[in-house]
Amino acid sequence: MQSLFNSLDLQFVLGSLIKIAIFWIFIMLVVAYMVYAERRVLAVIQNRLGPNRVGWQGLLQPFADLIKFIFKEDLVPLAVNKALYMMAPVIVLVPAMMVLIVYPFGPEVPLPFGGVLSQLINDLTARVGLNWNVDLRTINLYITNFNVGLLYVFAMTSLGVYGIVIGGWASNSKYSLLGGLRSSAQMISYELAMSLSVVAVLIQIGTLDLNEIARGQGDWFGLRWNIFGGPTLAMLPSALIAFVIYLISAIAETNRVPFDLPEAETELVAGFHTEYSSLKFALFFMAEYVNMTTVSVLATTLFLGGWQGPFVEQFPWLGIVYFLAKVFFFLFLYIWLRGTLPRFRYDQLMNFGWKILLPVALFNIVLASVLGVLFL
Amino acid sequence: MEIVHILFLAFAALAVVAAFNVILQRNPIYSAIGLIVVLCSLAVLFLTLYAPFIAAMQVIVYAGAIMVLFVFVIMLLNIREEESKTDRQKYLKFLAAPLFLALLGMIAAVVKTVGNPAPRGTDQLGSVQTLAEGMFTKYVLPFEATSVLILMAIVGSMLLARREKAEDVERIEQALAASQEGAEATEKEEVAA
Amino acid sequence: MVPLSWYLALSAVLFTIGVVGVLIQRNAIVLFMCIELMLNAVNLTLVAFSRFLGDVTGQLFVFMVMTVAAAEAAVGLAIIISLFRNRETLNVDEADLLKL
Repeated sequence: MQSLFNSLDLQFVLGSLIKIAIFWIFIMLVVAYMVYAERRVLAVIQNRLGPNRVGWQGLLQPFADLIKFIFKEDLVPLAVNKALYMMAPVIVLVPAMMVLIVYPFGPEVPLPFGGVLSQLINDLTARVGLNWNVDLRTINLYITNFNVGLLYVFAMTSLGVYGIVIGGWASNSKYSLLGGLRSSAQMISYELAMSLSVVAVLIQIGTLDLNEIARGQGDWFGLRWNIFGGPTLAMLPSALIAFVIYLISAIAETNRVPFDLPEAETELVAGFHTEYSSLKFALFFMAEYVNMTTVSVLATTLFLGGWQGPFVEQFPWLGIVYFLAKVFFFLFLYIWLRGTLPRFRYDQLMNFGWKILLPVALFNIVLASVLGVLFL
Repeated sequence: MEIVHILFLAFAALAVVAAFNVILQRNPIYSAIGLIVVLCSLAVLFLTLYAPFIAAMQVIVYAGAIMVLFVFVIMLLNIREEESKTDRQKYLKFLAAPLFLALLGMIAAVVKTVGNPAPRGTDQLGSVQTLAEGMFTKYVLPFEATSVLILMAIVGSMLLARREKAEDVERIEQALAASQEGAEATEKEEVAA
Repeated sequence: MVPLSWYLALSAVLFTIGVVGVLIQRNAIVLFMCIELMLNAVNLTLVAFSRFLGDVTGQLFVFMVMTVAAAEAAVGLAIIISLFRNRETLNVDEADLLKL
């Protein structure tokens, strides 16, 4: 037992847990303010005011919403399959949150008071008879270094489908069932195009580790991003095509406008979560926004250089600023599209995914391989 | 006792419980969820074996694609609990005891013969590079053969699923032709009248 | 490091559960799932031996098993759907004629 408490594994686990807690709270705040930002930006686009009453400029609105969600009556319709109905929101949210551990927020940064803090921890653990040797002078701004990080992200996002299918089925309502089936069919179809589009970028960089991918784009003053072809400018065409395919399929994958067929209000009331209320509905809602953040993080890391940018080497903490700026750009894009575009028809959506996006993505792999063989 | 032992025991227990769930539930949807849990916990066990790529593939392909198909079919056909009409199971339960003993014997034999060897593989054994090298050099023929297999599966399932539709189209065409004939006949009758 | 015998024992347990499932279940879809369970038990053995023998072949074989499982699921489920359309049941004991 003594060896277990002294082992590096345990220290790693505890350190990771603390990091996870911090990043989790951060992501929850991002999600909360994303909802607020969406309402305000949409209001500006539609020439309205939007929520501006709770706090200065309505900045406390997310907390008011949260309190409202908690105190709403938690309705469970009689005809539902209880166990599955309760499980579905959890199945949607948990995999969505699990992706968090591979987000590359930034480079290795010096921690203020890190030396004092590690001294303190070592002394405290020595007092209970343990032999720890913690060094916190510099920390990594990611939770773990996973050598198949990208595949891990795809694996977790593919698990989210179950929550939607099961939620739609367990509700025992025709709107929910149709919404659930539509949503899962859409997610499965567009996941293919999304994964295939990424392959073109992988050919440029040759690694699946998200941190490695971000680190490899640091030349040219932090602007040698993969969208410009990464190691060689000759790869530019395949990278651009991949970026466009990724962007489109990412929007479809998260069921957002113009691909929000699963919750088309005019036909399906609210789609798979029609029968859900209170906190369970809030969980579905949060999962959608966490998924949006995830695909934005992936787009940033894979195509726009992750945390790279000018002066990151001198001031490592700038990395997280660049990273968040790029992620917020993609999140803004989502809102912008929602305010501008009408919804597709379902057959148009499926035809577009299978007959245009998928063949183009496949062709792009061939193009990227040829360019890679010639120029890399 | 290291952390990896705790991980193994936790996920092995989860896998066994979920596997029992697969075979003992009456409602197929619960069985499917049990199997998904088994697949995911096996993925974690693959990670403890330094096979991260296989673990990711396990979740993406098995849990994320194959099992979605199962769940889809169960929901599409809307299969609820089904009482078995024929009762063959009453003879099968006598098999349970011998099978259980056989299992115990198998485990004992395995533990005795295998012992506790040191792992010979490096930590890089399961990396994408190593796997790709193996797959595209030594095993390139089986790899290409699987692509043919997949193609056959696609064509086969399309054929099986479309057959019904072709019949429908035929039936509708026949019905249309019949009604047109009928309409023409009535028209002729009217004209005659 | 977890000993090899633990993985093999777990694999044996899962495989046996799969076999028992095939024997006691009469629902065609659950039978399919039991077969998948057995395939996965074998996969665990393959990966464990691959790790302990230092040979990548075991892991590559798991790929082949996964592809076969995917193909099997696609065709099998298509058959099950057409069976259900014709018979209104998934009980394998009732599908004992050599025609649909």
